[in-house]
Amino acid sequence: MSTVPSPPGKRSTHMTSIPNEADPRDRGGPAQPLLIVEGLKKHFPIRGGLLGRPQAWVQAVDGVDLIVNKGETLGIVGESGCGKSTTARLLMHLMTPDSGEVIFDGDAVGAVRGLTVRDLRRQMQMVFQDSYSSLNPRMTIEDSIIFGLVAQGIASKEAKTRAASMLRMVGLTPDMFAQRYPHELSGGQRQRVNIARALTMSPRLLILDEAVSALDKSVEAQVLNLLQELKRKLELTYIFISHDLNVVQYISDRVLVMYLGKAVEIGPVDEIYRSPKHPYTRALLASRPSMDPRRRMEKPPLSGDPPNPINPPSGCRFRTRCPIAEGVCTDKVPALGSVLGLAAHPVACHAHHPGSGHSAAPAEGAVH
Amino acid sequence: MNAAAPQSAAPLVDVRDMTVRFIGRDLDVRVVNGVSFTLDRGSSLCILGESGSGKSVTMRALMRLFPPTAKLEGHVQVDGIDVLSLGDNQLRQIRGGLISMIFQEPMTALDPVFTIGQQIAETLVYHEGISYRAAHARALQLLELVQVPSAKRRLEAYPHELSGGLRQRAMIALALACKPKLLLADEPTTALDATVQIQILLLLRELQRELGMATIFVTHDLGVACEVADKIAVMYAGKFVETGTVEQVMDAPRHPYTQGLMNSTIHADMRGVTLDPIPGAPPDLTDLPAGCPFAPRCSSAREPCLTLPPELVPLDAGQAARCLQYDGASGFGQAPLLKVS
Repeated sequence: MSTVPSPPGKRSTHMTSIPNEADPRDRGGPAQPLLIVEGLKKHFPIRGGLLGRPQAWVQAVDGVDLIVNKGETLGIVGESGCGKSTTARLLMHLMTPDSGEVIFDGDAVGAVRGLTVRDLRRQMQMVFQDSYSSLNPRMTIEDSIIFGLVAQGIASKEAKTRAASMLRMVGLTPDMFAQRYPHELSGGQRQRVNIARALTMSPRLLILDEAVSALDKSVEAQVLNLLQELKRKLELTYIFISHDLNVVQYISDRVLVMYLGKAVEIGPVDEIYRSPKHPYTRALLASRPSMDPRRRMEKPPLSGDPPNPINPPSGCRFRTRCPIAEGVCTDKVPALGSVLGLAAHPVACHAHHPGSGHSAAPAEGAVH
Repeated sequence: MNAAAPQSAAPLVDVRDMTVRFIGRDLDVRVVNGVSFTLDRGSSLCILGESGSGKSVTMRALMRLFPPTAKLEGHVQVDGIDVLSLGDNQLRQIRGGLISMIFQEPMTALDPVFTIGQQIAETLVYHEGISYRAAHARALQLLELVQVPSAKRRLEAYPHELSGGLRQRAMIALALACKPKLLLADEPTTALDATVQIQILLLLRELQRELGMATIFVTHDLGVACEVADKIAVMYAGKFVETGTVEQVMDAPRHPYTQGLMNSTIHADMRGVTLDPIPGAPPDLTDLPAGCPFAPRCSSAREPCLTLPPELVPLDAGQAARCLQYDGASGFGQAPLLKVS
């Protein structure tokens, strides 16, 4: 693995290498994670009073670290208000983070001599949950798709050819669909158009924010098959955000679990689902309906709702609902630890950190 | 299974050949096309289907919760009362009294300008004619029944001050205020988070057992049906296409649509498997095909399916499926397989 000596704004990591085909846009080599995010933070002010000064802050995303390796699918799960969609918007720079670094294939985004936001969006695209409101109702499907291409300086004729081939790629016949308006399409077809539009710039990373959640089950399965096929054909990397734990397990290679603006656990999908470490991950997974009428659940794994992100609990944010919370959980914020590496499985819980003071913590120096 | 319920011979709900049409200036949509079912006191039915299949409309028909453009025909009887013959005043009596309903989105179902306590008390005052003070005391008991923590304080709260789970609990308390014999639940947990969804489902199951109510759930989620239902009815294009107990339908679905639905549903340990979804999209209700409405998407469709509308065929032990392959007289067995586009 070779990474060029790093000029300012560049960063490399040491990992086992994964096979890679020569892609002219691949700058950092196969071992360089496609995306490194460090300390991502976004607090929204709640303004009020006579002068409209901030009265309180919603801590939507509060110091999230993650990496996305080339060619993998990173799933992000969590309940509403945990900050998973805000994270996606911060990565796309649809919002400016309060602090934190986003490094795309070794280039810091927005930094001097780094990647501009415009360049970033050529390589990173996003598909949203509501397929209808993400298309302009007064534009035909074709116009919607070529809009981005034309904005990036591609001639309209060339753009139309690309739009037609993209529509074919997502399973829609251009002759039938190019001149239609969004309201003439079904939800599944509209979501295919959104995927086609996101792919016109040939991005390397696609963020799917609840992209299949609003679809009927039979259509959801069709779109998931399409996403898998496109990923193989176009060598894409996905960030797949969903509240549906089964879909995330199906599609992801690694999974990030979020709770109230914090990453609580990240690791390979099989490890997370077979042996979850964080008490929240355990409860979340145990909350899935059994799918077997003879083995119904008797007691809910958690009680209560997630607290308000405006005034999150001190220390560990999960402690108010946690079955194993102790004094140390109120006093100290548990750190997540290093997210680097393909097999890393860090967890932000005192009960797993040696020497944290939690009675269930492993002895200091022990390997866990 | 529901020992608390007073068992009587007649079923609580008896629906026969119900049709619902929505008629506008230039449209006439048949949303429900002949639904028949009965529901015993204290038992629970889950209507499963995709959007536009007519499942919510079927449920609303039981209390005629429709705009004036809807035309409801057939026979609908709840607790011996012919719902179709009721006048407006009588309807108001059974809504919230005999039958009540909880909705998917509690924020839009609750009134934002009244406190939770006021809304529950109003229902009690109207239906039971008790004083407002007594009604307020009952409201507190109801909030405790649905396991709202610090219920006393929550009585004075407005809907926007509560979290999603608490709001849904408040709506359940409101629905249970007059001890209905039938509770209708329209996707009651779809808008909730996973850890809250299971709490609400278990609460509803427990309350049903305790109070001996019958419940009808509408959902698109097989997992939800598994947790709460005694019986399942799968709906497609305005008709029940398969009915049976939850075990029968989950163990051995007989209708190709139900089978397809299960193949499309992702559950644990399906990683790396290519999904086998139902092709195409649900049909346009204004332009239904002549034969089986599922035939254009069905991988086992044969020629008779295009012309003969199938009937609900009783199979073993009470399970039934609306498919020609179980109808010996249809000539299905001899006809060649059609190619699905």
